[in-house]
Amino acid sequence: MTARRHQHGQGRTGLLMVAPGGVLLVVFFFVPVALGFALSFTDARLISPKPLEFVGTDNFARLLDDPVFWTSLRNTLLFAAVIVPAQSGFALLLALLVNVKMRGTNLFRTLYFVPVVTSIVVVSILWRFMYQPDGLVNSMLHWATGNVVRIDWLNDTSTALPAIMFMSAWQAVGFHMVIWLAGLQTIPGELYEAAEIDGAGRWHMFRYITWPGLRNTRTFILVTITIAALSLFTQIHVMTGGGPLDATSTVVFQAVRVGYQQQQTAYASAISLVFFLLVLTVSLIQRWLTRERSA
Amino acid sequence: MRRRSSTRLRVAVLVARLLCAALFAFPLLFMFVSSLKADTDIFKDVGSVRAFLPVGDISLDNYAGVFDTVPAARFLLNSLGISLVTVALGILVNSMAAFALSRLSWRGSRLALSVVIATLVVPFETFALPLVWWVDKLPWLTMHGLRLTWSTGWLDTYRVQVLPFVANAFSIYLFYSYFQSIPRQLDEAARVDGAGWFRIYRTVVMPLSGPAIATVAILTFLPAWNSYLWPLMVVQTEELRPVMVGASYFFQLKVHWGEIMAYSTLITLPVLALFLAFQRAFVNSIASTGVKG
Repeated sequence: MTARRHQHGQGRTGLLMVAPGGVLLVVFFFVPVALGFALSFTDARLISPKPLEFVGTDNFARLLDDPVFWTSLRNTLLFAAVIVPAQSGFALLLALLVNVKMRGTNLFRTLYFVPVVTSIVVVSILWRFMYQPDGLVNSMLHWATGNVVRIDWLNDTSTALPAIMFMSAWQAVGFHMVIWLAGLQTIPGELYEAAEIDGAGRWHMFRYITWPGLRNTRTFILVTITIAALSLFTQIHVMTGGGPLDATSTVVFQAVRVGYQQQQTAYASAISLVFFLLVLTVSLIQRWLTRERSA
Repeated sequence: MRRRSSTRLRVAVLVARLLCAALFAFPLLFMFVSSLKADTDIFKDVGSVRAFLPVGDISLDNYAGVFDTVPAARFLLNSLGISLVTVALGILVNSMAAFALSRLSWRGSRLALSVVIATLVVPFETFALPLVWWVDKLPWLTMHGLRLTWSTGWLDTYRVQVLPFVANAFSIYLFYSYFQSIPRQLDEAARVDGAGWFRIYRTVVMPLSGPAIATVAILTFLPAWNSYLWPLMVVQTEELRPVMVGASYFFQLKVHWGEIMAYSTLITLPVLALFLAFQRAFVNSIASTGVKG
């Protein structure tokens, strides 16, 4: 009798418990996502007493003719193209290093992870300081090569983006090390023991046991790094402000510059939509990759 | 991984580990050490190993300077308050939603679950700009004595820094998968004893969900403490600003690197202390983000 009454109340209780989260998700996620689509076909400005007007595809036509947008898109894709293989490869190397059972493993793992819990704003400020012409990076290079190095890393169009790539990987690589490590620990140790009995070398063990065993981890890591790389904003805002000569401007940076500083919400929504499509493409490729393999 | 590693390999691994350790530790060490020195000494020491050693004229002057240059205490309190409230509300709201998805059957529960999972990959940056436009139009109830009045616009408030980040699809998903692993016999037993669903949530399921709560707390706290893009756009009043936006103050006047390093150290220490105290929980929560792959 009691049980049935509870069974009966399930619908109401369920809706009641899901309501706070549901309402917040609708107001702060679904509505703004839908608005992003809708506003990009209007002339919306951030603060404006004028009612909205529908302008068709004007914002997208403007996008096609906007050289800063194309530069930003190129920088963003270039950043992703370098950072995705470099950071995931370095993270795997670190994971393999701390997966060897030796003294001090925990200490090293902790050290490699510290930049991850350090805010990207702090990391950007710190590296902006180290990249000064008379800063730490140049003096380390001087010490290592014997030549006086005076590169103005962040003010030179050819070094600014690579410098930001390096510090971004430095900050985030520990995060992906932990995920690789979780993947490595799901591979049963017996596989390695059996291979050792068969006389397999280290490279063969990596090639035929470790690498295939990390299939799902690999897809996940590639997708998260790609999406994070495409979202590049904070480092740019803190370190270069998009310069020199837009050499480090990115899609999200450009969206903020247009939408917030110049208050053109509609045009910024159009840029955000392009960014959304980029992310969507990446996650569809992930879906496709994982589906084909599990079939 | 392999138990009988040769000595040569072990030496190679140790050397590689030490090199990487230097790569990650030295910049942060440099930040801390520089925060104790005057600017002239920082640049004098930069060419030698002294850059990483607290030697020479060491003082806390830069820290004193930080509190003179910016309202640092205010920024720290703001960030602390915003982060803690977001974490507390996030745990409550997301765990309730996950409980309803995991234990109760209601109209649309299946659909709601798949919608939550589908939204996991959408980054905040894709809708941040329309969201600024949108929060400027949201209404809010204010009390004037005994009279309630409607006001419009959430810009320049604390709530705009908290409420958009309370409900989170990934937190719901984490709680949901954890709740699925708690045996249903436990709630059936409680139901036989006459407990309602809300009581089962509060007294049976939540007390067993410590690891999930810790994970959600950490994964909510870190981005809340570190938030930059959002408060940059929606908060103009100095008294409401969080720590990360406060950092930009140091670049508006004459750049004084010692003070900047002191401020950077100051806003990093709370998170670093938390991390060192709860290392295992931190690493596990990061590893759990990989589970869905």
